Amino acid sequence: MKRPPKDIIASSRIIGRRALVVGGVQAGIMGAIGWRLRDMQVEQADQYRMLAEENRISMRLLPPARGMIFDRNGIAIAANEQNYRVVMVREDAGDIGEVLARLTEIIDIPPEVLTRAMEEMRRRAPFVPVTILERVSWDDVAQINLNTPVLPGIQAEVGLSRYYPMGEDMAHVVGYVGPVSDYDLSQIEDPDPLLQIPKFEYGKTGAENRLEEELRGSAGNRRIEISAAGRIMRELDRQEGVPGKDVQLTIDSHLQAYVQARLEGESASGIVIDLENGDLRAVVSAPSFDPNMFVRGISVADWRALNENIYRPMAAKAVQGTYPPGSTFKMVTVMAAMEAGIITANDTVYCPGHADVSNIRFHCWRRGGHGNMNMHEAMKQSCDVYFYDIAQRVGIDKMAEMARRLGLGQRYDLPLSAVASGLAPDREWKSTVRGENWRVGDTVNASIGQGYVLTSPLQLAVMTARLATGMEITPRLVRLIDGVEQPSGIGPSLGLNENTLRRVRASMDAVCNEDRGTAYGSRIVAEGRKMAGKTGTSQVRRITMEERAAGVTSNEDLPWERRDHALFVCYAPVENPRYAVSVVVEHGGGGSAVAAPIARDIILQAQYGGPPPLEAYPANLRDQIAEQQRRIAARIPAGMRSQSRA
Amino acid sequence: MSYLEYNTKFVPSGMRKLLYLHWPLIMLLTAVACAGFLMLYSVAGGSVDPWMEPQVKRFALGLVVMIGVAMVPIWFWRNMAFVAFGGSVALLLGVEFFGDVRMGAQRWIDLGFMRLQPSELTKITLVMFLAAYYEWLPLNKKSHPFWVLVPVIVILVPVALVLQQPDLGTALLLLMGGGAIMFLAGVHWAYFVTVVGAGVGTVVAVLQSRGTPWQLLQDYQYRRIDTFLDPSNDPLGAGYNITQAKIALGSGGWTGRGFMQGTQSRLNFLPEKHTDFIFTTLAEEFGFVGAITLLALYALIIIFCIASAMTNKDRFASLLTLGIAVTFFLFFAVNMAMVTGLAPVVGVPLPMVSYGGSAMLVLMAAFGLVQSAHVHRPR
Repeated sequence: MKRPPKDIIASSRIIGRRALVVGGVQAGIMGAIGWRLRDMQVEQADQYRMLAEENRISMRLLPPARGMIFDRNGIAIAANEQNYRVVMVREDAGDIGEVLARLTEIIDIPPEVLTRAMEEMRRRAPFVPVTILERVSWDDVAQINLNTPVLPGIQAEVGLSRYYPMGEDMAHVVGYVGPVSDYDLSQIEDPDPLLQIPKFEYGKTGAENRLEEELRGSAGNRRIEISAAGRIMRELDRQEGVPGKDVQLTIDSHLQAYVQARLEGESASGIVIDLENGDLRAVVSAPSFDPNMFVRGISVADWRALNENIYRPMAAKAVQGTYPPGSTFKMVTVMAAMEAGIITANDTVYCPGHADVSNIRFHCWRRGGHGNMNMHEAMKQSCDVYFYDIAQRVGIDKMAEMARRLGLGQRYDLPLSAVASGLAPDREWKSTVRGENWRVGDTVNASIGQGYVLTSPLQLAVMTARLATGMEITPRLVRLIDGVEQPSGIGPSLGLNENTLRRVRASMDAVCNEDRGTAYGSRIVAEGRKMAGKTGTSQVRRITMEERAAGVTSNEDLPWERRDHALFVCYAPVENPRYAVSVVVEHGGGGSAVAAPIARDIILQAQYGGPPPLEAYPANLRDQIAEQQRRIAARIPAGMRSQSRA
Repeated sequence: MSYLEYNTKFVPSGMRKLLYLHWPLIMLLTAVACAGFLMLYSVAGGSVDPWMEPQVKRFALGLVVMIGVAMVPIWFWRNMAFVAFGGSVALLLGVEFFGDVRMGAQRWIDLGFMRLQPSELTKITLVMFLAAYYEWLPLNKKSHPFWVLVPVIVILVPVALVLQQPDLGTALLLLMGGGAIMFLAGVHWAYFVTVVGAGVGTVVAVLQSRGTPWQLLQDYQYRRIDTFLDPSNDPLGAGYNITQAKIALGSGGWTGRGFMQGTQSRLNFLPEKHTDFIFTTLAEEFGFVGAITLLALYALIIIFCIASAMTNKDRFASLLTLGIAVTFFLFFAVNMAMVTGLAPVVGVPLPMVSYGGSAMLVLMAAFGLVQSAHVHRPR
């Protein structure tokens, strides 16, 4: 189809006409915009410029002081320390390189810190103060102030930062703070604007992390006037924030320091519970680390050293570690059997040194056998065959139930990181989690705290506390928050048969205080301070029944990480229990040789509120103990050496 | 209709086409883009990162695309109009299902190397389609109700899809751009009077529907209308953008505060200072003189396009050129009216200046079409 020429002309004429109309409208609109611009930028310019000036008043957040953490005696565990930092404003400095070169002549600045500061200054607007160095000594501050004329743009500022006076003694309890990270922020639903402040101190682990909300406080603010260049000219007004709440823990820092020192050289943990209120007097994991390193920013070398240490200094083993409880579990087995009425204390089992269960031979630790054993003797001498026998009769489900009643296999809500829940296995657990049927051999293993049973040192201490009191004690770590008393850890009675409890306690007394008891060597002889307890030695290697049947290889022949764990749980005084203690020494060897002496020293220290008199020890040990006390006293910092308060 | 209709004898061929390009137009576009580079450098605090460098690269790519499009005969583009329009409607449907949700609006298709905004593409393909439609439609049928209804539906389909995203600004631009072409093609006056009347009615309906179950716009759009009517109501909330923009603009004065000296943008009081609100930074730093100069550059681009269209005897070519000019005009006029407080904040970028990839490339391609119409005009 060819358009007739007439049509083309008509079309062009229409389009031309309409284009002029559209162009006219456009010109009108552009004229209106131009007029509006003239109106705003010429006529009302002064007015708008005034508004722009007003914009220069800005709000800044004032970080509140973080709540302090104290021990039960009011000694500071986590405090705030004033420190000085060197700050630089690029705009005022002129030649940054030149000024920084002069600064490095005056104070020591590591080159990597310098490059980081330079980078940050490039990134930020020229008027933003950039921190070059933190925690500068007063001498350096004085030097900088003296040299102000040649250091344009450099200022020394005062700020607060966290300090842990106890150092490594409290590291696993109190944790540490560090600059808030993007990851931290992503974990919080509606982050406090405070957390947006660069390098704001945020609880990373331990109580610092779990009590973050209480400790943080709320922000204050100040209105400041900013100059055209963005520099702060003056403060218009200021509203202080609300400081964080102070927290008092139940920890006794003297005892804590003693336990830390006593455990030195081992990969171990120790717990002391006060039976009057469930207070945790000491929660110690060894070795430890200095939390102050993390607040300052840990060096790569230190970080690597901590991570590569096979003793795992970063792990809070006392609450996070789980171990097969070994013979310390025998109280559970015997309580389950006696509560169920399956045995009485006088029933005997013959121990030939081994027991055959479904064609597998399970050995007693004493290959020659114990002969006829009643409950008292079996506990005292830790005869394994006795427990193999009664466990088969009572069954795993009743044992697991008793374990839970005594505080095992459950997670305590303490304000600490990664509190372990352990495991009190039963038939249902094995079928749902492992998809296998429970076998009699599993029960036999569990009867002496091997196989699937896992407990943390904290749980073992709770178990001992519950056995000693018959009450449902739960551990308590926080005593006061902002002066408000936290609920006590003493619960109702466990409802266990009083007679049974008495029998079991008597057998634990015998472990420590009767000849042939497995912890007789670690007995306390001071009247009214004696302890009752139970040793435990648990195998770490995955014990197959075949291996157990073949007998146990001597510990000394094994590399460290495959040696047995040494455990000991105890309470004291025997007559009127006040403290319960658990000690676990990873790969330490035997419970009676390694863990029991440590636990004895700890529980004595707790009872005397300081170094016990040598008369509390059997005569043959006194020289050795005196030497040990001197060694530990030298290790504990002067401020932490307490005099006897008993 | 075939290209034989043109007197091809007078149409330049091969590389000679380069000489026949509308070079003053290219110069103007480059000048406007350079103003954009300067402002992007300034709002980044005196740095080519993160906005200026990619923008320069995109403009360079845009120039290549423009000249590439210009070299292809205009009749090829006319034959492609239907396909192009259909394709962009399909992409609009695509964002409904595969789009990325950002800032409450679903507008992008992520292609990996860039994010494609099909609504940008649609602004141009709609113009192409309507121009081709009126080229095909015999002149005497242009005001027949049926032949008026067809383009109205063609316009409303993408408008509805864009509103669905929801992107009120683009929807209005499409509506006004499409309407302008119908007007330019010579559809009878009476239709436009009716539509404008209906439009006023719709505005009333939209305002009346607020808070009722059949509420027509999103809450944030209503708040923007409120803000527009009286920004001082909520100076730190909904009205913040426009209040700060006006302060920046007004405080520029006659000659401005000087390059990189604008305190509003320096101190981060300005929102979206590198995209929709970039004009305020320009007006703050270069003052009334700078703002009017940019407006004049834009006006010259429009004038050149209208002049080129009026001397072009080909109906498709002149309608296409005028349509693109109108679309371009709507962009900057709405943006400038928005930041000066003459129109509500609807989220339209300043063409060739605001930071943004797909808008820049689509506009350069559109000017490629204008160039193609110019080069291949019947002589």
